[in-house]
Amino acid sequence: MTPDSNPPILELRDLTVSYRTGGRGSDALRGVSLAVERGQTYGLVGESGSGKSTLALAVMRYLGGEGAVARGEIRFDGRDLLALSPADLRRIWGREMALVPQDPFTALNPAMRIGEQLAEGLRLRFGLNPAEARAAALDALRSVRLPDAERAADSYPHQLSGGQQQRVLIALALSGRPKLLVLDEPTTALDVTTEAAVLDLVRDLTRAAGASALYVTHNLGVVAGRTERVAVLYASELVEDAPTADLFRQPLHPYTRGLLDSVPRLGQRKDERRLTGIDGSIPPPGDLPPGCVFEPRCPLAVDRCRAERPALDEPLPGRRVRCHRWPEILSGEVSARRELPPALPSATESGEPLLRLEDVTVRYPLRRTAAETLRREPKKAVRAVSGVSLSLKQGRTLGIVGESGSGKTSLARAIVGLVQRSDGDIHLMEVELPPRLSQRGRALLAQLQMVFQNPEEALNPYLTVGESLSRPLVNLLGVSRAEARQRAGDLLEAVRLPRTYAARLPAQLSGGEKQRVAIARAFAANPALLLADEPVSSLDVSVQANILNLLTDLQREHAAATLFISHDIAVVAYLADEVAVMYLGQLMETGPAAALFEPPYHPYTEALLSAIPAPDPTVRQAAIRLAGELPSAVDVPSGCPFHTRCPRALGAVCETQTPPWQTAPGGKRIFCHIPVEELAAQQLPVVVFGGEGE
Amino acid sequence: MLIYLLRRLGFLGLTVVVTSLLVFLIAQVLPGDVCRVILGREAGEARIAECRADLHLDDPAPVRYLRWLADFARGDWGESYATGFEIRPLVLDRLRMSLMLAGLTFVVAVPLAVALGMLAAVNRGKWLDTVISLGSLAVVGLPEFVTGILLIELVAFRVPWLPASSSLPVGAPFRAALPALVLPALTATLVLLAYIARLTRAGVVEELKQNYVRTAELKGLPRLTVLVKHVLRNALLPTITVVAISAGWLVSGLVVIENVFNYPGLGRLLVFAIDRRDLPALQAIVMLTVVAFALANLAADLLYAALNPRIRVG
Repeated sequence: MTPDSNPPILELRDLTVSYRTGGRGSDALRGVSLAVERGQTYGLVGESGSGKSTLALAVMRYLGGEGAVARGEIRFDGRDLLALSPADLRRIWGREMALVPQDPFTALNPAMRIGEQLAEGLRLRFGLNPAEARAAALDALRSVRLPDAERAADSYPHQLSGGQQQRVLIALALSGRPKLLVLDEPTTALDVTTEAAVLDLVRDLTRAAGASALYVTHNLGVVAGRTERVAVLYASELVEDAPTADLFRQPLHPYTRGLLDSVPRLGQRKDERRLTGIDGSIPPPGDLPPGCVFEPRCPLAVDRCRAERPALDEPLPGRRVRCHRWPEILSGEVSARRELPPALPSATESGEPLLRLEDVTVRYPLRRTAAETLRREPKKAVRAVSGVSLSLKQGRTLGIVGESGSGKTSLARAIVGLVQRSDGDIHLMEVELPPRLSQRGRALLAQLQMVFQNPEEALNPYLTVGESLSRPLVNLLGVSRAEARQRAGDLLEAVRLPRTYAARLPAQLSGGEKQRVAIARAFAANPALLLADEPVSSLDVSVQANILNLLTDLQREHAAATLFISHDIAVVAYLADEVAVMYLGQLMETGPAAALFEPPYHPYTEALLSAIPAPDPTVRQAAIRLAGELPSAVDVPSGCPFHTRCPRALGAVCETQTPPWQTAPGGKRIFCHIPVEELAAQQLPVVVFGGEGE
Repeated sequence: MLIYLLRRLGFLGLTVVVTSLLVFLIAQVLPGDVCRVILGREAGEARIAECRADLHLDDPAPVRYLRWLADFARGDWGESYATGFEIRPLVLDRLRMSLMLAGLTFVVAVPLAVALGMLAAVNRGKWLDTVISLGSLAVVGLPEFVTGILLIELVAFRVPWLPASSSLPVGAPFRAALPALVLPALTATLVLLAYIARLTRAGVVEELKQNYVRTAELKGLPRLTVLVKHVLRNALLPTITVVAISAGWLVSGLVVIENVFNYPGLGRLLVFAIDRRDLPALQAIVMLTVVAFALANLAADLLYAALNPRIRVG
């Protein structure tokens, strides 16, 4: 332990936090101890329900009305934080410790200009006069690299993008020059490229100020590249704590192992190594197992784990783990790593495409304002999708990658018929699909099924699972009700749920179970094409892997083609056979998924790959960060839509002329003015893989 | 913002025109012949016909409506059937009296209700919240004639300078009228207090849950600054509409309170006009009421936009 002359900036000792709801108390944190050294960046990883946000707020001593520290100690900078009066706390908040909150869209006062939101704290903390405070606020905004600080200061929050708002919140947190920065999922609401830029910024600024940081996140990729130590929380307990590189190289807790195997390493493919995930789900706080909290889901659980709660041991200097079986895991006698047979390779490319898109365009017309009508301005429209041509063969998976605003969801909805395309043709099995859903017959509807992002909203809350599954059978396939009931049970088994679930209502299922039901419903009508729009992004990491595996297996059994839409490139690269990259409603690049990480790339793909938060500290990535903001889809830039942010833009030609589609080695097609040979000569691989763990 | 203002003004004009049509139609469907009312039961057919011609009663309805609307807009509101006096000065004088009472009530009730609602919200679940919520509920449950009479019994008979009857000369200046205004204003305040306080409480409770409040607190700002500068401004947005409707009601609708206290406002005149089937007076009063409501709503819209930058700046 460090001598008392230089204590850690933050120390939690046996911290237990309880929430009191409806007369019953439940622990959101149980006996958590950890220490953040001065200047250290500490990562705290956990899934929903792990207690990580409670920990972030407890550290700030801002738990709200229902939460209270039941036991333990929080020492901040040598002081007992729990002994401070509210007035003392207000002197520390913003000045010595600051929070960067999770959701930038709600964390700023919507009715106050940004400049004043910064300046009011500066006036108070440093006794500045209004002019000095304004100048200091502008400095703070410049320090987070907001391009036009003056304009940002005079804006209201809704006039800024999410990334800009998050920068403002970082500026706000750093403006008091705190010793400790607590970041609660600081980039969860942001796109990958924005996330990378914001994370770099936090790293540079805390380093320059010599501040310590506590990163709270569910994303292993965020902590892998940016922290020195990582603690893992599960069901309100700290289960493992280690230097970052050690934790990723040799996790000692089966839960940590499971988490790491639930997310694809960059370049990992389903037909090489399967994701394994963790079965089951996190126990509710009021209903914890008597022994080890992870025992019900643990592949290594033995009788002792059911009977006796493990202590937090120190197997190696600087490493702590709460598991009875760590000696065997450390020595290699047992492994929590599970092996699944790799997925069978997809059907080979042959025959006619099942789905063919030609120049598909989706426009959402905007109403003109009165002033625009008076000035006779032309009618405007959001160009969600412009001229997309793609094809997909039977049994194969096409992944569409794009950030928010790329048009990927609009494209999927246009194919299913939930929005009408404005232009272009869509053929399914050589039959032209009418734009409107109402013009498509039952047979066509059955061929095309969709799985939505949020399973909470995708199931009718008043229908039992069995009724939800019977509907497509009865309505689309004309099956009798009795037979539909029988087949609904079969479908449940196919998605690894017990048949008895047919009688349950959606409210009685967990998020992962709901998504399984939604997938079962999509496969009920035996579709030729399945569209999955971010089917796992609202689920916890450990549940995601199982859902992805399920999708893979069912697709294989039904010989269905899948259009898989995601913002997560690592997942798309893992799952898809071919990948299409979208930006501002247009395709930038298409090609085999296996070639995705090989140059040449489209410059946008290059930036996207370099921004992936890789869950592996040994991976080296080039730091290509995009300047500026995503342009509005109402005024899509002329020429190449990416030219305003392209680090490799050539100049006038990119701004005025539509780029050509070029064919690159490895089967890629790239939509760019720069000749493929030049791209190949200029680009190095963006992602360099390190050694494989264990 | 200018466009917004123009659009609101357009809506206001439209509202007034549509309601004026309704007001005109009501007068048409009421049973009884106006000339019979004016001239009495014994008048001969010839005099009735002459009267109808004088009043253009035989013209087609649209023509009569347009003539009535044009006259009204010009300020020619006609003569009272009941008294024969010109309606406009009569109604405007009463309007002044109503505005005095409404103004006093408004100035007392709104800040008090907002303060109480805020206190209750900040102390949510504690005894102060319970007292304020129960107290305001108890008061709102009582009809205003009951609170009015109770106030007369409990206060006016004990405090010598507060009159039990607020019957005043119509032209009385505010300073002289003030003692007579206190009890009616208090009665109206008690009616409004509960509504506005409960809405404010709900608004503040909702805003206190918002993440930006945490951001403000964690800047280390004093609690009062957080509450007034950050929370209240956003919390009042839903309250503003209700306050505006209350303002319209205060100007025009204190019928019961004015009668309990014998206060010579628009409400009493309205009752009088209904009683006497005095259609021109009735129409003028209702039109004024409509305009008052529309103006109050316009003020609410503008205030809403001023407090909410998402409307003000696109």
